[in-house]
Amino acid sequence: MSFIAKPKVAHPGLPRNELGLTRRDYEGGMSTLCAGCGHDSITAAVIEACWQMSMRPEQLVKLSGIGCSSKTTAYFVSGGHGFNSVHGRMPSIATGAIAANKDLYYIGVSGDGDTLSIGFGQFAHAMRRNLNMLYLIENNGVYGLTKGQFSASADIGSKAKKGEANLQPPIDPVLAALTLGGTFVARSFSGDKEQLVPLIIAGLKHRGFALIDVLSPCVTFNDHEGSTKSYEFVRDNYEEVVHADFIPPAREITAEYAEGDAMPIALHDGSRVLLRKLDPSYDPTHRGKAFNYLRDKLAQNEFVTGLIYIDESSPEFHDMNGTTTTPVNQLSYQQLSPGSKGLEKILARYR
Amino acid sequence: MQPTDTGNPDYYHRVVDCQWACPAHTDVPEYIRLIAQGQFTQAYLVNRESNVFPGILGRVCDRPCEPACRRGRVEPAPNNEPVAICRLKRVAADHRDDVRPFLPKAPAQKNGRRIACIGAGPASLTVANDLMPLGYDVTIFEKWRTPGGLMRTNIPSFRLPEQVLAEEIGYIIDLGVDLRLGSPVTSMKQLLATGEFDAVFVGSGAPKGKDLKLPGRTDPAAAANIHIGIDWLESVAFDHIKAIGRRVLIIGVGNTAMDCCRTSLRLGASDVKVMARKPRAFFKASEWELEDAEAENVEIVINHAPKAFVIEHGKLAGMLFDLMDYDLDAPLDKGGRIVGERVRGERFIPCDDVILAIGQENAFPWIENDLGIEFDRWHVPKVDATTLQSTRPNVFFGGDAAFGPKNIIWAVEHGHQAAISLHKYCQGLDVNQRPPRGLKLSSRKMGLHEWAYKNDYDPLERRLMPHVDLKERFKKINIEVELGFTAEQAAAEVQRCLNCDVQTVFDARLCIECDACIDICPVDCLTMTVNGTEAEIRQRLKAPTLRATQPLFVSGPLQHTARVMVKDEDVCVHCGLCAERCPTAAWDMQKSKIRIPYASDETSPCSTPQPATRPAPTRRIA
Repeated sequence: MSFIAKPKVAHPGLPRNELGLTRRDYEGGMSTLCAGCGHDSITAAVIEACWQMSMRPEQLVKLSGIGCSSKTTAYFVSGGHGFNSVHGRMPSIATGAIAANKDLYYIGVSGDGDTLSIGFGQFAHAMRRNLNMLYLIENNGVYGLTKGQFSASADIGSKAKKGEANLQPPIDPVLAALTLGGTFVARSFSGDKEQLVPLIIAGLKHRGFALIDVLSPCVTFNDHEGSTKSYEFVRDNYEEVVHADFIPPAREITAEYAEGDAMPIALHDGSRVLLRKLDPSYDPTHRGKAFNYLRDKLAQNEFVTGLIYIDESSPEFHDMNGTTTTPVNQLSYQQLSPGSKGLEKILARYR
Repeated sequence: MQPTDTGNPDYYHRVVDCQWACPAHTDVPEYIRLIAQGQFTQAYLVNRESNVFPGILGRVCDRPCEPACRRGRVEPAPNNEPVAICRLKRVAADHRDDVRPFLPKAPAQKNGRRIACIGAGPASLTVANDLMPLGYDVTIFEKWRTPGGLMRTNIPSFRLPEQVLAEEIGYIIDLGVDLRLGSPVTSMKQLLATGEFDAVFVGSGAPKGKDLKLPGRTDPAAAANIHIGIDWLESVAFDHIKAIGRRVLIIGVGNTAMDCCRTSLRLGASDVKVMARKPRAFFKASEWELEDAEAENVEIVINHAPKAFVIEHGKLAGMLFDLMDYDLDAPLDKGGRIVGERVRGERFIPCDDVILAIGQENAFPWIENDLGIEFDRWHVPKVDATTLQSTRPNVFFGGDAAFGPKNIIWAVEHGHQAAISLHKYCQGLDVNQRPPRGLKLSSRKMGLHEWAYKNDYDPLERRLMPHVDLKERFKKINIEVELGFTAEQAAAEVQRCLNCDVQTVFDARLCIECDACIDICPVDCLTMTVNGTEAEIRQRLKAPTLRATQPLFVSGPLQHTARVMVKDEDVCVHCGLCAERCPTAAWDMQKSKIRIPYASDETSPCSTPQPATRPAPTRRIA
């Protein structure tokens, strides 16, 4: 971490978005994570994505649980709404918030411990419900806050800082999401913003639950030789299978993109995600093939990254539950309160 | 691009914009830090090493450093005002203890070489300052009865008090310089013929004020009321002129004009107009000198071209001007001049006196043609820009005498370079073999997140110099107008310095490409990208290039991806956050010390005691 806050002074030529804001206007508080933490890079990618989207800061809801990753919601878009929940319980809070107001963007930031251990049940059900949110797992394979024990995502044979190898099989959140019905499943790397930023934008625009599992090396406890989540190992072993570019509604798809295996996917607001398949045999819209492809690559010790699976047609939480599409805070008192007679009627239904 | 050669002293020197812009390369950030620590004597000595006259220059320097200040590039107005570098120099001078014990001394054993300097201005004095400690006998010939040259005769005492001048000149003369006052050199031939001197340095300035040959100029009736600016200032300085008419016109709008108009106000004038031929953007005077004159209610009149001196009833009645119109929308010509101009009428302005301040020229009537000293058609001597040697090997020029009017700090630098040349010449060495500049880097890392400099960016605005009240300042001619910064102002102003000499030093072998530095940089000056040509890399920078004149730092290939780390030095605020955030210390904050060579580096220096370095900050400004 740094001990002085990032000064307000900025590059005088910094580009401005449609709202007239610069990237700097989407920053948050000073990070207290270790210097070189992958999570800080993900924070920077979220800032970049929100700026590119010309999002009004108050349109964003930031939700998190407990862990190094969950601290980061304080480090971006300080003008947004934030909720730092109980360990592993962020999806419940998100469900409530989304039910109450569907007009906002929701980012849940979680870690491998918060998601794959204590919060695994909550994670699975958030996906089943197809909550309209972006769920970021900042995945480093260790419990950093408690000094580097293996987490549930640690690979077999990966070595801890003191040398002992992990013997238990990992939970792969991407494979889990494919089996649990996830409608937007992606993996990325904190050190590759060119890949990560468009994924974050696409995930926020996706109608439904968007999962991005971001490999985010722990510079203090898991960046040594023998670790399979170090900067060096990830760079050497990650393979992008589908690169996603986000195309805003008004913009043409340029010829540069249109060549080769480019595949546009329309999002509900008129924008598109342009998928460039780096492996022509791959089909990011086929759940079963995607699953098999990942299993094969995993056997070869390769992290497949990119937008692995996308399905824009599944109904999301509000569709399935018939909940009000007007934010609750915009409903009048009369609409919200049934009155004593109305209440009696409702109660009568349950007698 | 090839990896940047940071071993070349010029690379990091350029990053220290103020030091790079200063003709004498004063180590500005170093002395500002010393002031911040209350070490005024040390700060003064750091200044004196390069600019020789900190007290004088802290008041009247042309300050090429300030427009170069990085502070002016990184913030929007009004915070983009440069650090008050010049006036902080004065703070060091005002609060120093006795520095005499720490100044170099002339050795008892002389080296037997004798140098003649002509004119006791800043250039000659610098030559003496540099050569006396090496054992030379230096003789300075001065036509006036007092040393200082233009600093004494042309800069009014309300800007530069005589006692400040005397003290700093005294430091040099007291080395044992043979100062011959009231001794103008009337013949170079005779001086050389005496064989008394091994080499001659000409630092006689550009003493001839330009005249304005217009109708009425030669009329004897007006002669007493039309003055040549620099001659008039000289007469005022020596008390030969003690009064001027009520209404005064100053022709010309350079810094001499500003001194003339403000001096007039102190000699009895109450209606002073500075007449400018062109609009304000084309003025030669420094912006701050214009402001000071206007604060004293001097009227600056633009677009008036002088046409004639008008004489009525046997005396000067006023001046006639052409009213000019300029085509300012059209592009300027190559020389930066306006292309389209026309006269739209004329105007008579009554006055009692006119002062001509339209420039000055070199004049060497005392240098004979047959000495092998060549001049160009403008009567400027042919002098090598680096060695300052003339076409006659044992004659050197410096200051305004060498290349026409410049300023004091250039004269000092010429003095330093001439001293190196003179020393080489006297040893029979090639004067073109210049001693190289050097570079020393030393880390400022103290602990995990502690740096031996104040790295937190201070968004403070520039402090305003307090002035003597308008009513008070005209009572006597020698009341210094600027009061100097108060303790509080100085303490605040020093924190505006960005410490550009604490460099961001990058080691590509250590980088793990975690992006931490890029994410934290407040001014987005870092980028990791694949290598390419400079034009390609500039396209890919995280924030756009504002001034391609500032260099890019390009690292060697990085370990994991063979990309390169690129830094646009242009707007870096040296906050050190890249180094604080770097997990592997691939970035480090290291202070660069640019070693500027002097004549004394060529020989073993005479040992002088150094003032004890007090632990900072033990003393605040008293």
